[in-house]
Amino acid sequence: MDISPSTTAPPPPQDAQPKPISHKAAARGATRPGDRVFLGLSRGSGILLLLIMAAIAAFLTYRASIVLSKNEGNFLTTFEWDANAIPPYFGIAVLAFGTIVSSIIAMVIAVPIAVGIALFITHYAPRKLSGPIAYVVDLLAAVPSIVYGLWGALFLVPHLTGLFSWLDQFFGWTGVFEWQGGAPRSLLTVGILLAIMILPIITNVSREVFRQAPQMHQEAALALGATRWEVIRMSVLPFGRSGIISASMLGLGRALGETMAVATVLSPSFLINASILDPGGGTFAQNIASKFSEATEQGRDALIASGLVLFVITLLVNGAARAIIARRKEYSGANA
Amino acid sequence: MAKRIDVGGLTAYYGSHKAIEDISMTVEPRSVTAFIGPSGCGKSTFLRTLNRMHEVTPGGRVEGKVLLDGEDLYASAVDPVNVRRTIGMVFQRPNPFPTMSIFDNVAAGLKLNGNYKKSELADVVEKSLRGANLWNEVKDRLNKPGSGLSGGQQQRLCIARAIAVEPQVLLMDEPCSALDPISTLAIEDLIGELKERFTIVIVTHNMQQAARVSDRTAFFNLAAVGQPGRLIEIDDTERIFSNPSVQATEDYISGRFG
Repeated sequence: MDISPSTTAPPPPQDAQPKPISHKAAARGATRPGDRVFLGLSRGSGILLLLIMAAIAAFLTYRASIVLSKNEGNFLTTFEWDANAIPPYFGIAVLAFGTIVSSIIAMVIAVPIAVGIALFITHYAPRKLSGPIAYVVDLLAAVPSIVYGLWGALFLVPHLTGLFSWLDQFFGWTGVFEWQGGAPRSLLTVGILLAIMILPIITNVSREVFRQAPQMHQEAALALGATRWEVIRMSVLPFGRSGIISASMLGLGRALGETMAVATVLSPSFLINASILDPGGGTFAQNIASKFSEATEQGRDALIASGLVLFVITLLVNGAARAIIARRKEYSGANA
Repeated sequence: MAKRIDVGGLTAYYGSHKAIEDISMTVEPRSVTAFIGPSGCGKSTFLRTLNRMHEVTPGGRVEGKVLLDGEDLYASAVDPVNVRRTIGMVFQRPNPFPTMSIFDNVAAGLKLNGNYKKSELADVVEKSLRGANLWNEVKDRLNKPGSGLSGGQQQRLCIARAIAVEPQVLLMDEPCSALDPISTLAIEDLIGELKERFTIVIVTHNMQQAARVSDRTAFFNLAAVGQPGRLIEIDDTERIFSNPSVQATEDYISGRFG
């Protein structure tokens, strides 16, 4: 066929090498008003975020440093919170312990169950069932945390005595599960409640990841004679591994910072118990919530200092999660 | 090692849609049987009914019989997992497990079966990789991920993985369609070697390939879009490509199709 000159492609630019699109170059060439407005908006939002973060960090650090300089106790090791006194005497040892222990309990309970639910929804349940189950899990996420707190205090706590005495009877010798018989408002109770609260987020994120597990690798496993569980073990779980870790970290983030539910359920004290069944202990967020209203300005600064520590712990947790994910990138399903 | 397949009156469905209808044929042991035909005629579906992979698709079900040396694969007492351990499969797109090393990929099937000795594992892996003509290319990087290999190497890795468990039959679903001509040639040579040990069934869109590698060729066709695919004829490859007994086969092979 004859091709007229007008339909031929325009001559290629001098630099015929295809280049990856550079956003910088695109921005430089932004002469149209729409582009300029959008560039301004998005750049402004980015800068605003940094400014807000910097302002929060500066404010927290400043207020914390005032009270820390006056603190008579050791901020990291003192087992007391007498922040309104002059001079103040307080430390975060109990809070750090309680926060970390209750979150670990929550993770230990929630992650396996969440992964199980997610696998059930994506790989086991008939389609008619998987929709409603996913919906119920979503509902769980919509419950306000104070409602969890009320439920925990009014229903969960009275019903835990059986579990607690059973644990004491069979595992009391470990010391960790020793129970003096007090009301079950301990770190374990908090951990159980937190587990229920972080279940939906871990389930939902894992479910989305499992759903994207490549069909071709599942078929490869099936064709080798893998059972359904072996297919999941060989192709779905390895693919979803980094997703499960990020999901867990999202859940952990919520568990670490959860306030109202913990404050409602726990009977706090500034003690570290070897047993997770005995009442006592506290968490950063719970301590802030229960002490804030009666705190003097100095007391509030002390609470802010403890909040800063929670912030740092959360950062460390996220960093660790990223490191775990990056370590075996070569083997991740993403580059298949 | 190699077994004969007898298919009798096989019909397969996706939900209410009938994909293939009333297919009967015999696949001889230690031979290569090629399935050719236009897209959508049900070659791949039929192939997947031979190791009960079809029923994995939601809505997939099968009527009829598939006998492996006289044993019905669809008998109610038969566990599909065992069928798939006996009848291996290689897919259109190379699909080594991305999270596993080359070694673990080949060993994957053996580990599923559970009855292996640690000391034997390395031998079987080497033997399978040699069998897939891949050993010399990967022997120095067995612990590297399989996804780092080229497409052709990945496909041979998948063949090594499939033959490591010593299946009776090897099913190949367009194994070369994602590969360049050099890699294709390597796989075709390999098929020629593997047929000494296995019964091989291969689906291909490439008629030259069918003519090159197969002993017997089956031609599938469908009357119209939406109609179920049917087996038109199966015969010695030489005969199919020179003097087929059905006019439709000759039309398809000589390009007068559609």
